Amino acid sequence: MAPSSTSSEGASDEWLPPSRRPELADVVPVTQDDGPHPVVAIAYRDEFREVMDYFRALYFAGERSVRALHLTAEVIDLNPGNYTVWHFRRLVLEALDADLREEMDFVDRIAECNPKNYQIWHHKRWLAEKLGPDIANKEHEFTRKILSMDAKNYHAWSHRQWVLQALGGWETELQYCNQLLEEDVFNNSAWNQRYLVITSSPLLGGLAAMRDSEVDYTVGAILANPQNESPWRYLKGLYKGENNLLMADERISDVCLKVLKHDSTCVFALSLLLDLLQIGLQPSDELKGTIEAIKNSDPEADEAVDADLATAICSILQRCDPLRINYWSWYRTTISSQT
Amino acid sequence: MGLLVVGLTTFPVFRGPQEHRGHGCCLSGSHMVRRLSVRSPRLQRARRPPPSAPPTTAPMDSPSPPPPPPYPPAAAEGGPAADSQAAELPRLTVTQVEQMKVEAKVGEIYRVLFGNAPNANSLMLELWREQHVEYLTRGLKHLGPSFHVLDANRPWLCYWIIHALALLDEIPDDVEDDIVDFLSRCQDKDGGYGGGPGQLPHLATTYAAVNTLVTIGSERALSSVNRDNLYKFMLRMKDTSGAFRMHDGGEIDVRASYTAISVASLVNILDGELAKGVKPMKVALLGNRMLKLMGWVAFRQGVECGFQGRTNKLVDGCYSFWQGAALALTQKLMTVVDEQLKSSYSSKRPPGDDACGTSSSTEAAYYAKFGFDFIEKSNQIGPLFHNIALQQYILLCAQVLDGGLRDKPGKNRDHYHSCYCLSGLSVSQYSAMVDSDACPLPQHVLGPYSNLLEPIHPLYNVVLDKYHTAYEFFSS
Repeated sequence: MAPSSTSSEGASDEWLPPSRRPELADVVPVTQDDGPHPVVAIAYRDEFREVMDYFRALYFAGERSVRALHLTAEVIDLNPGNYTVWHFRRLVLEALDADLREEMDFVDRIAECNPKNYQIWHHKRWLAEKLGPDIANKEHEFTRKILSMDAKNYHAWSHRQWVLQALGGWETELQYCNQLLEEDVFNNSAWNQRYLVITSSPLLGGLAAMRDSEVDYTVGAILANPQNESPWRYLKGLYKGENNLLMADERISDVCLKVLKHDSTCVFALSLLLDLLQIGLQPSDELKGTIEAIKNSDPEADEAVDADLATAICSILQRCDPLRINYWSWYRTTISSQT
Repeated sequence: MGLLVVGLTTFPVFRGPQEHRGHGCCLSGSHMVRRLSVRSPRLQRARRPPPSAPPTTAPMDSPSPPPPPPYPPAAAEGGPAADSQAAELPRLTVTQVEQMKVEAKVGEIYRVLFGNAPNANSLMLELWREQHVEYLTRGLKHLGPSFHVLDANRPWLCYWIIHALALLDEIPDDVEDDIVDFLSRCQDKDGGYGGGPGQLPHLATTYAAVNTLVTIGSERALSSVNRDNLYKFMLRMKDTSGAFRMHDGGEIDVRASYTAISVASLVNILDGELAKGVKPMKVALLGNRMLKLMGWVAFRQGVECGFQGRTNKLVDGCYSFWQGAALALTQKLMTVVDEQLKSSYSSKRPPGDDACGTSSSTEAAYYAKFGFDFIEKSNQIGPLFHNIALQQYILLCAQVLDGGLRDKPGKNRDHYHSCYCLSGLSVSQYSAMVDSDACPLPQHVLGPYSNLLEPIHPLYNVVLDKYHTAYEFFSS
C-alpha cells in the first residue's frame, strides 16, 4: 500500500522511497527499537518501514519543517491511527503557520476512507476550533456526507453535535432529523440527534416549548411501529426529571393501552406502564382491566393473585420477555421492597 | 427431553451434552429461537417451510411458551399482504434489513443446534480451547503486513492476546519476559505507555500495557511499571474539568476517564487529585441512575441472545463483555449503594452525602482498597441478563472453527473480539455467583463444564487471581 501521490502533499507523480529523495538526503533514518525478542511483531512492508524510519528521525529531532509536514502526510496515509504523527503534524502546522482550510480539506479526504478513526475527528475538531463559526456549515455538510454512508457513525454524530454547540448551524437541523427518520425510523442516532435539537437548539425554545408536539410525533411513530424501541425511549426522555408531568399526560398511558390491544405482549408498552406505576400513577379502570385481561388470557399463568398492578405487569413480562426473565424477576423484588 | 431449573421452569429444554458426562445439566434456549422468529415475522413468514416440511423448526413451535403475538405493523398497515411474498411487503428500512440478515444467519445456526442429535450438540457447545490458544499464541509472535494499521496499538495486541490466554489459563511461560521487555520499550521516560517503541504515551495503550503486565503477574512484570512517572503522566493528562485527555494535546472522552482511573486504581496511585471531578456521585442519585442504566443495558440483549451496543444496532460479540460486565458491576454496586444508604441513614447524615469518605486519611484508604473491597462484596442479586443465552451466542455464533472469536456470523475473527467474547463468556459463567471465590454450578455453564474460564475482576478486566497478586504487590 504505497502512499498515493494525491494524498502525500508535494509528492511527484511516481512515488519515490524517502531514501532516494534529495530533500531527505541529510536525514539519518531511525529504525524502530523492538529489542532482541520482539512480540506482536508486525511484518511491515518495505515502504511502510522506510517511511516510518524517516518520520522517526524528524520526529525525534523535533524538526518542524515543510518536509516534515509532507512526511507526516505520508505516514498518516499509511496508518491514520498513528496519533503520534497527528500530534506532531499539529506542532508543525503551528510552526509553519499553515493554511488551516487547506488542512481541513486534507483531513476530510483521509476521513472519507477512515470514518471511524478517533485521530481524524480530533484533528478536525482542533482545526474547527481555530477556524471558528465560519466553518460550521462546511462541517455540517461533511458530516452529512459521512452519515449518508453510515447513518449511525458515532464519531460523525459526536463531531456534528460538538460543531452545533460550539459553532452553531442549527437552522436546518430539525429538518435533517425529520428526513433521517423518514428514511429509517429505526435509526436511534437520528432520534438521539432530535433530542439534542429539541433540548438545546437556541431557535426552538427548548424542551418545555417543544414537548407537546414532540409527544404527538413520537406517539405516531410508536403506533406505526410498536416494536421500534427508539421512540419508546425518546418518549420517556421528553419527560426526563418531570415525573409529575409524565403521569399527567394521558397520551402516555393511552399509547401503551392502544398498542397492547393489538399486541398484548409488547414489552415496551408493558415496561413503560410499569415505569408509570412505579412513579405513582393511579391506574385507570381501563388500565387495570387491560392488565387483568392479559394476565387471564394466559392459561399457564399461575393462579396466585399479584399484590398490585405493578407486580402483575412484572409477572406478564417474566413470561412474555423470557430473554429478560432475570431482569424482570429482580425488578419484581424492588417493587415488593418498596411497599 | 429434560426439564431444567435455571430459573426458566416454563421452558422446554433438551438433553444437553453434560448429561452424558454426568454433570446433570441441560440447557435452555429453544425459546430464543422462537423469539428470533417473532421479531422478524415478515422474514420468517416468507421463509417458513410448507406444512409438510420436515420438523426442523420444531423447537420454534414448542408448545410451552406463549404463542407468538400478532404483529401490529402488519395489521395496522393493512397487512394480510405481509403473509405472501417478501417482495410485496412494505418498504423496509436499512436498520430492518440489516437486522433481518443477522437474524437469518443466527437463526440458521440455532436451528441446526435444535435439530441436532444430542451428541452433535456436545460438539457445537464446546469451547474450542486448543484452536483459540493456537490462534492467539501465533499472534503473539508474528502478525502479517496488514496489521500495520494497528502499529500504534501494539500494547493492545499484547493485552487482547495475553488476557484471552489467561482466561483460558494458557499463558505460555516462554514469552512472558519478552512481553515485559517489549512493553518497557513502549514506556515513556516521563511516564505512561505509547502504542509502540518511541511513540507518545497514550492513556488507552497505558491501560493495555498495565493490564498486560498485571496479567503476566511476575515480579519482573509488576516492578517494570514506573509508578511515580505514571502518576505524573496522568496528572498531565488531567483537564481542569476533571476529565482526562488521551495524550498530550489529545482528545478528551469517557474512554480516557475509564482507562486513567482503572490504571491508577490497579497500581495503587489513585488519589483525590486524580479522581477530582470523576468521584462517585451522591449516593441517592447514584442508586436512581443505576436503576435506569440497568434497564437500558438489560434491553441491549437481543433475540440473537448476544448484546448490541446501542438501541436498534446489530448484535456484536464484543458487547458480551461491555454490556455483560456493566450489569455484573451494577449487581455488586447495588450492594455497595445499599450499604452506604443504610449507613448514611443510621449515622443521621443526610442521604445526599458523598459516597466516599471526605477526610484525607480515610480517602487514601478508600482509594487504595476500592477495587479489593468491591470484588469482596457478595452479589445480592443474581444475573440481570440472560447468562445462558449469552453463552449460547458466544459459543455458537462467535467461535471460529480454526480458532479465535468474532463479532457475528459472516465476520472474520480478530484478537479484539477474541479477548472480549471470552471476557464476556467468563462474566456470564460467573454472573450467578453470590461470592467471588466459589465455583459456578454446572447449570450456569453452558456446554461441557470444561468450558469454564477463569473469573475476572470486572472493574479492570483482568483475571481475578492476577488482580489479587497485583493488589498485594502494589499495596506493600
